[in-house]
Amino acid sequence: MLRIEEKLKILADAAKYDVSCSSSGSTRKNNGGIGDASASGICHTYTEDGRCVSLLKILLTNHCIYDCAFCVSRKSNDVKRAAFTVEEVVDLTMNFYRRNYIEGLFLSSGIFKDADFTMERMLRIVKKLRQEERYNGYIHFKTIPGASEELVKEAGLYVDRMSINLELPTEAGLKLVAPEKDHESVRKPLAYVNDQIESYKGEKKLIKHTPTFVPAGQSTQMVIGATPENDFEIMQVADDFYRNYKLKRVYYSGYIPINNGNSLLPQIGSIPPLVRENRLYQTDWLLRFYGFRLNEILNPQHTHLDLDIDPKLSWALRNPEFFPVDINTANFNAIIRIPGIGKQSALKIVQARKFGRLHAYQLQKMGIAYNRAKYFLHCADSPFILGHPSMEYVRAAILNEGNRKSRQQDSAGQLALF
Amino acid sequence: MYYLFDGTYLGFLSCVFESFERKEFNVIPLMQKDYRIALFAETRTIVTDSRKALRVQNGLQERVGKAGTMDFYRAFLSEDRKAWLASFFILRQTFGGRTDVRQDYGNAHVLYFSQTLKKVSRERHRMKAFIRFSKSSDGLFFALVEPDFNVLPLISDFFRERYADMPWLIYDVKRKYGLLFDMRQVGEVQLSLEETKNTTIPTVVTTMDERDELFQHLWKQYYTSTNIEARKNMKLHLQHVPRRYWKYLVEKK
Repeated sequence: MLRIEEKLKILADAAKYDVSCSSSGSTRKNNGGIGDASASGICHTYTEDGRCVSLLKILLTNHCIYDCAFCVSRKSNDVKRAAFTVEEVVDLTMNFYRRNYIEGLFLSSGIFKDADFTMERMLRIVKKLRQEERYNGYIHFKTIPGASEELVKEAGLYVDRMSINLELPTEAGLKLVAPEKDHESVRKPLAYVNDQIESYKGEKKLIKHTPTFVPAGQSTQMVIGATPENDFEIMQVADDFYRNYKLKRVYYSGYIPINNGNSLLPQIGSIPPLVRENRLYQTDWLLRFYGFRLNEILNPQHTHLDLDIDPKLSWALRNPEFFPVDINTANFNAIIRIPGIGKQSALKIVQARKFGRLHAYQLQKMGIAYNRAKYFLHCADSPFILGHPSMEYVRAAILNEGNRKSRQQDSAGQLALF
Repeated sequence: MYYLFDGTYLGFLSCVFESFERKEFNVIPLMQKDYRIALFAETRTIVTDSRKALRVQNGLQERVGKAGTMDFYRAFLSEDRKAWLASFFILRQTFGGRTDVRQDYGNAHVLYFSQTLKKVSRERHRMKAFIRFSKSSDGLFFALVEPDFNVLPLISDFFRERYADMPWLIYDVKRKYGLLFDMRQVGEVQLSLEETKNTTIPTVVTTMDERDELFQHLWKQYYTSTNIEARKNMKLHLQHVPRRYWKYLVEKK
């Protein structure tokens, strides 16, 4: 028998490559017990890699019948195995929650025996939490591919978010490293849960006391950089999933080499593609919140995101005819397309200009990245320039500014030593 | 002219009332205990009058609504004199009958007011995240904090709703008061040295629940295990968890 500490070590370590940790989007209230959901989510702490820790993220077990090359818990990997009991997970969750360490539980598992057997065991945990402990905090539940619809549906009645990972962005990529898996077994439950969410929502309009079903929606995750898909292919898949299954989030996880067993995968010691991952998230945000269409950012002529500059700036440089945008007259949707201006600042600008035309000194204080934005906007005291500046010049100037800044910071850091 | 008040929000609103009644508009509100005698500076001591304060509060609600009124309270909790001054500017405009200036972000006072609200709201959110309860042997969950701003009043509802089935205490070490929930309501508590000896409330708490140390230990273990070494990024880490909060974070102690 392993001690609880040893189990926690093994099963938290094995769960950490699932990057999702959001605790947002649910509206669950505390009805006479303990806990509730916070609509915006709360990150209770951050690890040294800068990632948020919001949920107690663990596997029920890292025993697994599958042998997916990218996964640390695959059958052929020589790692220590462990399994929690139902009571242990409940005890840990409740005691961490009461001490305000966490927003809730993220429960995933390796697959032992078969999908339904694993699902049933996981279901016992969430039912015990909700029914016996009267716990109303957040629960993120990882659906096991291949589990029966009855079990998926039952889980949906107790949890806040469900997710199931695509793992590799394309079917071809998946076949290379995990021949036993396919995308269909991911699409099917996503579609099923989405249909259920819709029908419960419809019912809720008619009958007030309809039970909640996965109130925080669904998400998925793709591993980036393990297989040779380009950014365009990746974002096409994401776009498709957002559209068809109304996902709340798609997560992109830069592949971290965990073994040298498979010659197709990046080997141990290769650096995870963190900048690329960041650019993908930025693109994701532009698509979901900034009114960009995918083909504006990535298309068959332009299949890779620029690693040196963010995708909005990259789009702006390719579309000089859109600029300069006059911030004193342009509408909100045009202002948020200016590189260096986010939605919050754009809102401030639109509200503030009712009181008088805005000048450069006012914009600079409003929290925008003025050094980047200045090439693309026009304000009350902008000098009148004939024609556009060359976009090569703008790109060079912005990159140069960035370099100068980081050099200053570096030298300041060194000076501080003495 | 400096208006010296007792540091309470009612006192602050009383200053607003007095400034209008006396038609003194070039006013700097200041806490009595923060005032250092300056040459040639004119001062007026404002006595807190809850009747006057309430009139200001009601007038505000009529003009800017409930949420707008709450904003002035939030800005007040920043304990920042510059923000108080900015509030005064906006209040004067609001009661002066001019247009609603609260979105005139081109104006330095208005911008500072909105930035202060953002800072206070961030600190409030941080307290929801960073508070760590310990459990004492008699079942009280208690936590010590030192927030940058006086945000305890802003998190009271959150903790009452979430932790409704257990007694808890959140104590602001810097401001020497706390919130105590007895499973019915939240009350404010102040502890003098004498009182701490006589009650079960902690400064150096009585005795701990026998499993409390275990869960602190397990939490540290979890925190270490969930980190991905290959992605280490201390700059980002510190941005999210500034060092001044480490003192009370179990996982960073």
